[in-house]
Amino acid sequence: MLDIAIHLLVLFIYPPLLLGFIAKTKAAVAGRSGPPVLQPYYDLAKLLRKGAVYSRTTTWLFRAGPIASLAAVISAGLLLPLASSTAPLGFAGDVIAFAYVLAVARFFTMAAALDVGSSFEAMGASREATFGALAEPALFVVLAILAVSARSVGFSDIFGAHQFFSWDATYAVFIVSAIALFAVLLAENSRVPVDDPATHLELTMIHEVMVLDHGGVDLAFILYGAAMKLFLFATLLVRLVFPMGGRGLGESLLILLGGTLTVAIAIGVVESVMARFRLVRVPQFLIGAFVLAAVGLAVLFHRGIP
Amino acid sequence: MTAATALTIVLFVLAALVAFGLIALAVARRPGLSRGVGAIGALIACAVGATASVFALIDGGKDARALDGILPIGRIAVGIDPLSAFFLLAVFVVSGLAALYAFGYFAPHRAHTQNTAPTFFFFNLLIASIAGVVIARNGVIFLVLWEIMSIASYFLVVHDHERPEVRRAGFVYLVASHVGVVFLFVLFALLASPTGQFGFEAFHDAATANAGLATGAFVLALLGFGLKAGFWPGHLWLPEAHPAAPSPVSAVLSGVMIKMAFYGLFRIVTFIDKPAPAYGLALLAIGIVTGVMGIVLALGERDLKRILAYSSVENVGVIAIGFGIGLIGKSHGNETVAALGFGGALLHVVGHGLFKSVLFQAVGNLVHASGTRALDAFGGVARRMPTTAALFLVGAAAVSGLPPLAGFVSEWLIYVGALKSTVAGGAAGEPWAIAAVPALALIGGLALAVFARVFGLVFLGEPRRAFDPPLHEASRSMRLAPALAAILCVVIGVAPLAVVPLLSAPTQTLVGTSVDLSAAFGPLPSVMLIVAVLAGIALALALLRRALLRGREVRTAPTWGCAYESPSPRMQYTGTSFSAPLVESMSLFVSPTRTTNGPTGYFPTSATHHESTHDIAAERVVLPGIRAFVAGLSWIRRLQRGRLHLYVVYVFAVLVILLIWQLAALRGAA
Repeated sequence: MLDIAIHLLVLFIYPPLLLGFIAKTKAAVAGRSGPPVLQPYYDLAKLLRKGAVYSRTTTWLFRAGPIASLAAVISAGLLLPLASSTAPLGFAGDVIAFAYVLAVARFFTMAAALDVGSSFEAMGASREATFGALAEPALFVVLAILAVSARSVGFSDIFGAHQFFSWDATYAVFIVSAIALFAVLLAENSRVPVDDPATHLELTMIHEVMVLDHGGVDLAFILYGAAMKLFLFATLLVRLVFPMGGRGLGESLLILLGGTLTVAIAIGVVESVMARFRLVRVPQFLIGAFVLAAVGLAVLFHRGIP
Repeated sequence: MTAATALTIVLFVLAALVAFGLIALAVARRPGLSRGVGAIGALIACAVGATASVFALIDGGKDARALDGILPIGRIAVGIDPLSAFFLLAVFVVSGLAALYAFGYFAPHRAHTQNTAPTFFFFNLLIASIAGVVIARNGVIFLVLWEIMSIASYFLVVHDHERPEVRRAGFVYLVASHVGVVFLFVLFALLASPTGQFGFEAFHDAATANAGLATGAFVLALLGFGLKAGFWPGHLWLPEAHPAAPSPVSAVLSGVMIKMAFYGLFRIVTFIDKPAPAYGLALLAIGIVTGVMGIVLALGERDLKRILAYSSVENVGVIAIGFGIGLIGKSHGNETVAALGFGGALLHVVGHGLFKSVLFQAVGNLVHASGTRALDAFGGVARRMPTTAALFLVGAAAVSGLPPLAGFVSEWLIYVGALKSTVAGGAAGEPWAIAAVPALALIGGLALAVFARVFGLVFLGEPRRAFDPPLHEASRSMRLAPALAAILCVVIGVAPLAVVPLLSAPTQTLVGTSVDLSAAFGPLPSVMLIVAVLAGIALALALLRRALLRGREVRTAPTWGCAYESPSPRMQYTGTSFSAPLVESMSLFVSPTRTTNGPTGYFPTSATHHESTHDIAAERVVLPGIRAFVAGLSWIRRLQRGRLHLYVVYVFAVLVILLIWQLAALRGAA
């Protein structure tokens, strides 16, 4: 009961803090003081107090899009174990369901973007479709590595069994897959070098441009969902690199929160030190991540499944 | 009701279908009556047949037989076992809905002036022959019905025969069907060769006794049935024939007829008690190539029905992947994996039948209202045709494998089967099965892109062209039929437990032993829970949004046009621009061509840009292959001189050779 309460508390309250830390890191690297780390919460609170303006072109789908996307991300959050080794809705095979529930969010975000009839947002949707499709195989190979190493298709078995921490050749598999997963994380969450969340009027953005005509409560849902999705991918990365199986709840919670903050700072550093790729380079980046993960899987088979 | 009773009812249903078709033809002078008898008769017959198949499925058990007598043309044997009953159910449900849809679609309309009586005759004949193929228990009967199925569907494909491209598509289809059936003739001859018997029991004994013969039969089945299913590169006829047919027929062709190839493959597999691991790996590889190529080709396509046809190729690939995983599990003695793979493949057969019906019928509504199939002609249709738009949305989400719909459940079963086969280890595991996972992921991601593109560009945004008369919502039966199919998609997705009783008996038939399927289908209730939670959260968020917006100002305004003075709907993204980045990264497989005639001079008058993608299977594999084959056989033409007395000499020479051969055989025997 306690672990479910902690799961829900962390899932619902914590994610926007990561966005705050990313912004703070970028500001620190640039030598600015930057907005407070709680700024995303203030933004959400402000947006939730606003009315709404809808494009005359839009249909019911535009209003349903943010709701469906956020609901899908929350459902994915209920499938992924956070601090403990079980999730509220975990089951044997939730590894696949996790990725597909997130695909629901992507579908509705794209459909809502196409609903406004502006080529600007369609451009974003087109890129989201492209990079989403190319990121999917890399993500699934990483999930397959987890499944194969634990001989199970459920997150609870995977993270419950995943408790070794030794620098042997098998661990190299996890480092390789962690790099691949980090690349997928950057692509799926629209961060540099795939997307640039800082600008609004460049013809190079993906996620920001898709949600351009959303405002008020709808935008709050979208931003909150984006923060939560980032948190889920960061959790997956932390649990892959830093196994928490067999540890106490308090210790795991510390690893989770500290680990995801580290991921946020890493994202902030990446965004500070490198520029966005040219669009034609992004598929290569994602296919590279897939190849990296596939090599990891091959090594795992070669070594023999633990 | 026992399976034997169900079989009797199914036989009467088949007779009724043929009778309704003949009546429709007989009253051709009264088009309304003909259409009513043809469509409503088929609907009722299919409803009765579907009910009987459900009872046969629940009854399960052994192969119930009927008509096992000897007729002058040979032995007629029909039977119903869980595998047959499952396919019968899919056939009757999808065809029944198509009949309901056809009733509205062929109603008198400016676009259809020709006589539809023959169409209804062949439509009913097609349903009856497909159902007949499923219950045949004798190779000769199977082939006769298979031919009737191919020919009836040919006449349906060329329904709009005034248009030359339709006649061409029909010809391509006819050739492909008959090349495929040649392999099936050889297949059944091979299976009958040890005993001389064409009954399926004899086939089973022959394939079990001789592993080499079993492998030969499997390869022939892959070729013959693969051409019907549309395995790459044998899929080329599919994007020609299915779009050429009228929409109710396209739904039946894509929804059930190509699945008969899988029925054939499944049936051949039941003849082989111990499949070699290579069988499953071969199907897995074929499925991966077919699935990825199918959906990649759908990406750059701009004809709505061709997109759906290529998506059928993709789904055939997904079914083949599931089938391959099932075979891998069976050959390694891993029953859970076998059940997951076969179960996923079977469920995807039904699921694809349903959501492809929804999609073809929704696109049929568009074609019916507008007269065009071009993706870029539409835009903002959701406001003119809200029901069609909602139905297409359900179909698009289902075909992309999104929860909570039918496509997700079947793909989930296949994924879990592939992972379990990999993690099992030892003799029960097959590491290569893992290849299914990234392949299905890529297929799923690309399908999402394809259908977000179609749904977004057709139904959302601003209209790109004005139609005269303006677009209108389709008639009642044309909304009811896809709505029923969409509801079934939702039911399978939301309550997969409801379909498990129907799925377990045929899965056990394929796995071969009476296994406990709870290890395979056990987690399905959790899938239901996820769906319920997802819907619950969405509802809560919708209520939250409503509560927050109550009393606040909610305005409408134009879409922000980047401060441009006079935006026009023509400036919207087109289908080509939407898919350009993906086509670019997949250019190896679709070889895109672009011709740009850019604006020149200070006062440019006109500029054009044309972009299209090509099926490399046609350009680099099939057409060169056919050319080489024809060139290699050109020497045979020398025999054909066109002189009668020369042909008499040929006949005489053959007779003499046969006589010598027989005499030699007699001497040898003596």
